[in-house]
Amino acid sequence: MTPAIELKKIDKSFGAVHANKAIDLTVAKGSIHGIVGENGAGKSTLMSILYGFYQADEGEILVDGKRVDIPDSKTAIAHGIGMVHQHFMLVENFTVLENVVLGAEGGGLLGRGVAKARAELKRLADDYDLRVDPDALIEDLPVGLQQRVEILKALFRGADILILDEPTGVLTPAEADHLFRILRVLRDEGKTVLLITHKLREIMAVTDTVSIMRRGEMVATRKTAETSMTELAELMVGRRVLLRVDKAPREPGRTVMSVRDLTVRDSRGVDVVKNVSFDLREGEIVGIAGVSGNGQSQLIETLAGIRHAVAGRIEVNGTAVDPTRRDIDPSRIRALSVAHVPEDRHRMGLVTRFFEYENAILGYHRDPAYGKGAFLDIKAIRDAARGEIEKYDIRPPNCLLKTANFSGGNQQKIVLAREIERDPAVLLVGQPTRGVDIGAIEFIHRRLVELRDAGKAILLISVELDEIRSLADRVLVMFDGALVGERPPETDEGELGLMMAGVNREAAE
Amino acid sequence: MTRGALPRWADYGLMPALNLAAAFLASGLVVLFIGENPVEAVKILVWGSLGWNEGIGFTLFYATNFIFTGLAVAVAFHAGLFNIGGEGQAYLGGLGVALACLALDRYVPWWVTLPFAVLGAAAAGAAWAFVPAILQAKRGSHVVITTIMFNFIAASLMVYLLVNVMAKAGSMQPETRTFEPGGRLPFLQDVIPGADFGTAPLNLSLIVALMCCMAVWALIWRTKLGYEIRTFGANPVAAVYAGISPVRITVVTMMISGGLAGMMAINEIMGSQHRLLIEFVSGYGFVGIAVALMGRAHPVGIILASILFGMLYQGGAELAFEKPAITRDMIVVIQGLVILFAGALEHMFRPGLVRLLAAFRPTAAQAA
Amino acid sequence: MRKIAALGILMAGSILSASAFAEDIKPAVAYDLGGKFDKSFNEAAYTGAEQFKKESGIDYQDFEIQNDSQREQALRRFARNGMSPVVAIGFSYENALAKVAAEFPDTKFAIVDAVVDAPNVRSVVFKEHEGSYLVGTLAALASSSGKVGFVGGMDIPLIRKFACGYKQGALAAKEGAEVFENMTGTTGAAWNDPVKGGELAKSQFDRGADVIYHAAGGTGIGVLQAAADAGKLGIGVDSNQNGLHPGSVLTSMLKRVDVAVATAFGDAKDDKWTSGVYVLGLKEGGVDWALDDNNKALVTEEMKAAVEKAKSDIISGKVEVHDYMADQNCPF
Repeated sequence: MTPAIELKKIDKSFGAVHANKAIDLTVAKGSIHGIVGENGAGKSTLMSILYGFYQADEGEILVDGKRVDIPDSKTAIAHGIGMVHQHFMLVENFTVLENVVLGAEGGGLLGRGVAKARAELKRLADDYDLRVDPDALIEDLPVGLQQRVEILKALFRGADILILDEPTGVLTPAEADHLFRILRVLRDEGKTVLLITHKLREIMAVTDTVSIMRRGEMVATRKTAETSMTELAELMVGRRVLLRVDKAPREPGRTVMSVRDLTVRDSRGVDVVKNVSFDLREGEIVGIAGVSGNGQSQLIETLAGIRHAVAGRIEVNGTAVDPTRRDIDPSRIRALSVAHVPEDRHRMGLVTRFFEYENAILGYHRDPAYGKGAFLDIKAIRDAARGEIEKYDIRPPNCLLKTANFSGGNQQKIVLAREIERDPAVLLVGQPTRGVDIGAIEFIHRRLVELRDAGKAILLISVELDEIRSLADRVLVMFDGALVGERPPETDEGELGLMMAGVNREAAE
Repeated sequence: MTRGALPRWADYGLMPALNLAAAFLASGLVVLFIGENPVEAVKILVWGSLGWNEGIGFTLFYATNFIFTGLAVAVAFHAGLFNIGGEGQAYLGGLGVALACLALDRYVPWWVTLPFAVLGAAAAGAAWAFVPAILQAKRGSHVVITTIMFNFIAASLMVYLLVNVMAKAGSMQPETRTFEPGGRLPFLQDVIPGADFGTAPLNLSLIVALMCCMAVWALIWRTKLGYEIRTFGANPVAAVYAGISPVRITVVTMMISGGLAGMMAINEIMGSQHRLLIEFVSGYGFVGIAVALMGRAHPVGIILASILFGMLYQGGAELAFEKPAITRDMIVVIQGLVILFAGALEHMFRPGLVRLLAAFRPTAAQAA
Repeated sequence: MRKIAALGILMAGSILSASAFAEDIKPAVAYDLGGKFDKSFNEAAYTGAEQFKKESGIDYQDFEIQNDSQREQALRRFARNGMSPVVAIGFSYENALAKVAAEFPDTKFAIVDAVVDAPNVRSVVFKEHEGSYLVGTLAALASSSGKVGFVGGMDIPLIRKFACGYKQGALAAKEGAEVFENMTGTTGAAWNDPVKGGELAKSQFDRGADVIYHAAGGTGIGVLQAAADAGKLGIGVDSNQNGLHPGSVLTSMLKRVDVAVATAFGDAKDDKWTSGVYVLGLKEGGVDWALDDNNKALVTEEMKAAVEKAKSDIISGKVEVHDYMADQNCPF
């Protein structure tokens, strides 16, 4: 059978960066083909060439056995190639239907096009189990449904080949599962799916074939059924990788942070954290598991002093903090030896426009070690940053580079280095490995365990259940703003998943 | 790999040069359209502003104003604040300068008056920026709206003061009495041996302006406050995370900005006019926005952009003298084109330039 | 001191005979910040210069300044280029001219609306309050409600001088007359805001006024328009604006800046230049009220008689019109 897509010797450079080196790839029709690789391996560049965002310097593209030129995304669509981007390209205050039609109105008169589109949308929804209310506003939809609209958009334009770029990054486990079901239906209906991801679990769960990229090269292609996560990880990183974290049992010490009856209200007046109480002891990692959006973010931000609570008490190292007081701010919390690695490093943890060394002092810039009086001691700051770069293997090892130029994993290391190197008694960590490649995940996990072994208290929030289960000594499950139970990390994934979904709440108590 | 990255020399040298060339090209077409020779017009403009001592003096005199107002806008930019109230802050700065000069000029030499004038200008400008700042910080009223409203309030207040309170008796002019020598800054040509700027009012304020450039550079890139200002401007959420108070930074930055704008009055009032008069700011505050944009909010860039606008002001006046067909409004059109190309359309040539430079790169990379 | 009306005639008469001197003078005029097409007194100056050019065939140079620093620069630049006479329009030139006139003692300068005491400067100022008194008289007599209005441009002493004279005239003509007074603004923009001018006029009409006098440059265009729209009466200023809305403009207070400029040029050309202060009031013909075909139906014989009596009383000194600028105060 003619392959859906064939890429031959595709080569692409950006200045000095050789992003794709003579890539060959064959994607069979009616299959789900995964492409894995660390961040910066060249996956996105390759897909952008296929979708017409970039032009290859060399090589050729065959769609359905025919050689084609794809100078822009319009041509890609004409050849039946559709793309679902990592960051959705939807107009927030338009309805689903309007978004689907946008750019494919079919004639100047909107009315007829829209009526036709409505019928088509219904057919697609029935055929592929892609049900979305066509008249709902995008901004009112959860991300999982917004993604579905993106898929509908591509199908509406007649896509036979669907490219999904890191589609699960924003999804809850349940939403991801639903997405995979949809992808299987699409495949069974004869569509071809290209799935780009760095999550090996997803590759194993849903793909038929998987191609592995490393540093701009296509290093291998395997039948999914004939490979293993360990093999894929090795191929991606180019060396053996530890997927499980080695962690010796450790008896926790005294309590360093205790939280009692913490309630947080958001700007809409809704209680997002409800009566939360727990203790955090020396030498333990406490994991808070939960589907994203159940109050974990607000909890960690309140503990870090960014948000204010409406009720509750916090005690850190014997010092009482009233989290309802307006004069509590992150610098006061930091002064109590509480460090915070925020969930979203781009939005909160870093100023990506700054040089690396400038981010190395964010939040600690008033520290006399970085300059006396009003002035900054640039040399001292750069020296400290260089030390952290070496210790945390941050690459490229150049503190005079803009932070935006570092990969996700290295950016995360910058944040971690900054927070850990202050030797805090308590470390609050949110989503430490989100958008981070495998090599860096391993490093970050090891570092957190070392810190625990050194007797620090760590509060870990993650939507990756695997991560919580492998790192935490105790798992607290959060649902709808409240802690619904505590489980040991060995607990069955299914049971935790049910608790995270709010089922079995009574039983959990 | 970030898209659209340019080497530094292209970003800071080639891009502005291209933009400027495009601006002059467009202006040339306009000049051609009204039936004058564009090459000659450029000649007059350049000669008029740089070709003779007095022209240079005037160019630098205007540049001094722009440096102050440009720095004011730039400092606010770094905190992500758009202070377009430089006009009003400078106007009030004039009040500060005038009060210092009127109080002291009869008793002490200028160098005693100067620190008080600087203080008065900065304090008055800062005070005028304080209210919009506090409204932004506490109430979320956008500074763009409030500062522009404060420009009007400043104008009303100053007219009231000049007409009813400070005017010298029996004069038609809404203006104060002329300062005695104790309230006048020396002209640069009287201070620097051998310098000759003709009758241009180029005065010691230029030195003050350059000192402010250095101070602003140090503030923004070498102090903890500057670090906080930049953090707040680049990522307000990260700033809160870092324990930086948005209220404090907004108010402090706006007051520094207002203070710098106010200091423009030292050049006009103490350096040139030697009296406080109505509407002396006449647009310098607004041009400061363009200067800060062109100068990329960096003191060195601001100095260069200020000289460019000084040239346009001085050379433009010469042009209007020499070519009656090129009116004052035409000069404004040309200035507008420069702002358009260098400010608003700053990135117009960027994609093309990136592609052009990238085209030369792969071969070099492969060879290496 | 000569009478400017006489100057006008002399000038007109001498143009024909004096062409021999035509090459000898290079006149120039420097306008104020408002620019030469401000529909106000800068434009009046421009009209005067153009008139001179048309009648004598001698070209002139002019310059519109952009900022205060250019005042000295412009005057000096003209003087250096050998231009003479150089006429500066507007009181804001006072300081600049005082300085530059001293630097170029051989150049003839003139300034309108201010006094500069130098041997080579002719200063021309007007008694706007006298002209305003006359139109105030007319306004009060034409009003049936006994309420009249005044819309000023920028709130400066000069405009208050207009307002004060107008008030005095209105009160003298009709005891107990009510005069509404509004200034358009406090910045230069107030000279060129016809929309706001119209709004101010409307609000005064709403309060019962039926005649409104403006001293507001371009803003006044809106005032006169509003009066015509409302079927009420407006009064023009500076130049004769009776023709703007025939039948709706009661009269205009004439301030002959054009004559001042043309005369300065003409005197230089005819070698009749004199320096010194010219205070041009009713007596000198520098200010007046306008009566032409456009408004003659509006002015009754009684009104005409009353205003002419007022005029002769002022000229004779029987009536003294208060000058706001003398004590920065209006007693009415």
